[in-house]
Amino acid sequence: MKKYTKTHEWIELSDGTGTVGITNYAQERLGDVVYVELPDVGKKVKKGETVLTIESVKAASDVYSPADGEVVEVNETLNDNPGLINEDPEGKGWIFKIKVENPSQLDELLSEEEYKKFCEEEGK
Amino acid sequence: MTDAKKTPLYDEHVRFGARMFEFAGWVMPLQYESITSEVKAVRECVGVFDVSHMGEILIEGPDTIEFVDRLITNDFSSIKIDQVLYTVMCNEKGGIVDDLLVYKFSKDRAMFVVNAANTEKDYNWILSHSKGYDVSVKDVSEDFVLVAFQGPKAQEILQKIASIRLEKLRYYHFTEARVRGVKGYISRTGYTGEDGFEIFVKPEAGVTLWRTLLEFAIKYGGKPAGLGARDLCRLEASYMLYGEDMDENTTPLEVGLSWVVKFHKDFIGKEALLTQKEKGVKRKIIGLVLKGKSIARHGYKVFKDGKEIGNVTSGNYSPTLEKSIALAIVRSGSVKNEDEVEVEVRGRRIKAEVVKLPFYRGTVKSGKKAKEV
Repeated sequence: MKKYTKTHEWIELSDGTGTVGITNYAQERLGDVVYVELPDVGKKVKKGETVLTIESVKAASDVYSPADGEVVEVNETLNDNPGLINEDPEGKGWIFKIKVENPSQLDELLSEEEYKKFCEEEGK
Repeated sequence: MTDAKKTPLYDEHVRFGARMFEFAGWVMPLQYESITSEVKAVRECVGVFDVSHMGEILIEGPDTIEFVDRLITNDFSSIKIDQVLYTVMCNEKGGIVDDLLVYKFSKDRAMFVVNAANTEKDYNWILSHSKGYDVSVKDVSEDFVLVAFQGPKAQEILQKIASIRLEKLRYYHFTEARVRGVKGYISRTGYTGEDGFEIFVKPEAGVTLWRTLLEFAIKYGGKPAGLGARDLCRLEASYMLYGEDMDENTTPLEVGLSWVVKFHKDFIGKEALLTQKEKGVKRKIIGLVLKGKSIARHGYKVFKDGKEIGNVTSGNYSPTLEKSIALAIVRSGSVKNEDEVEVEVRGRRIKAEVVKLPFYRGTVKSGKKAKEV
């Protein structure tokens, strides 16, 4: 089950590893993504810390980690095809995977429904 | 967005699903589908832009030619009626008040088309210098809807609905014409680096014109294009943007616009610019292609051999060239073409190559020379 942050990342946990990307709402606001500065595998991250930056034709935008952990894999296809983030942000356009230190941290994140509501509020 | 102005085409944009944003006090379409696909349409076919936010200032009276020539650096007396002139207006220090197009309707009637953000400032500047000249100055920005129709197929497509033979309308010329019955002015000008037209009509005819242009553009492979695409197109074509690449603290000689400065005539700022020319221009605009996967944005610092030499004025990813490009203003003589420099992007130094401008040459009839008229 996906969880969402107020900074517009999603994370999906499976066997202690979380796949992270940005939401459809975020990619729409960002516009055409042209570069993704992928983090190094092995990078230790804290919840809320900047993991990487996405450059779109409109602006540079930071992606924050939804949890404490270590980056164990990055989506290398984004190097050649950063537009995947626009096309399929919550699927093929995933950005990195982290080994989540403390899965209970994810309980503080938003459910899909809560996130939808949050975006509606933000959009007003 | 409550106080921002709307062009008469606002509802058309919203209905078409545009993402609107606030720019220079106006709510304008940033993009309809995606910025890069709209750039592609402009480069390969045609893009239709609402640029009604641009300001128009009318100068009328017996002293029009003298007065305009006092205000602008380029030579207004040298162009014919029905011609357009690209120029800048400078202050006494040679700093750029605005860059603009001047339309010559007759010897006693001229119209300035200015940057939206500067309309009020320009109007006040023009008015405050009109003492002693037999002229009247009017802000007529609300009197026009202005649509740009830009791309290699612009002529072919517009010809199907234009009342005039477009091939006879030369670059930087304009004429009265009808577009499928809608009366207005067609001008062979633009800000994309491609061949194209800018069409002025009365606001009440704006929606009809827009729908017609869009219908024909789409029928033949074109698209509506937002200000996001417009900014990318002008950057690829290396046209300077006021507020980003130039402002009141830069002179035309520093930003590659010395070709619009005519020292044989008199104008505000001439003395300062002459002095600068004689002493040597200390800064200049250069082109950069970044080697890393980063975008250099306005204000980022530029280094050569570890020493700061200037800063980026505008930069973005060029979908046409598939490269990260930037304009930067640097110390004169600090670099030459093909030199390697570094741009500081969020604390990291990214390598970049100094390249010749323009980054991209489109189908526009020709660059400087034609513009010089």
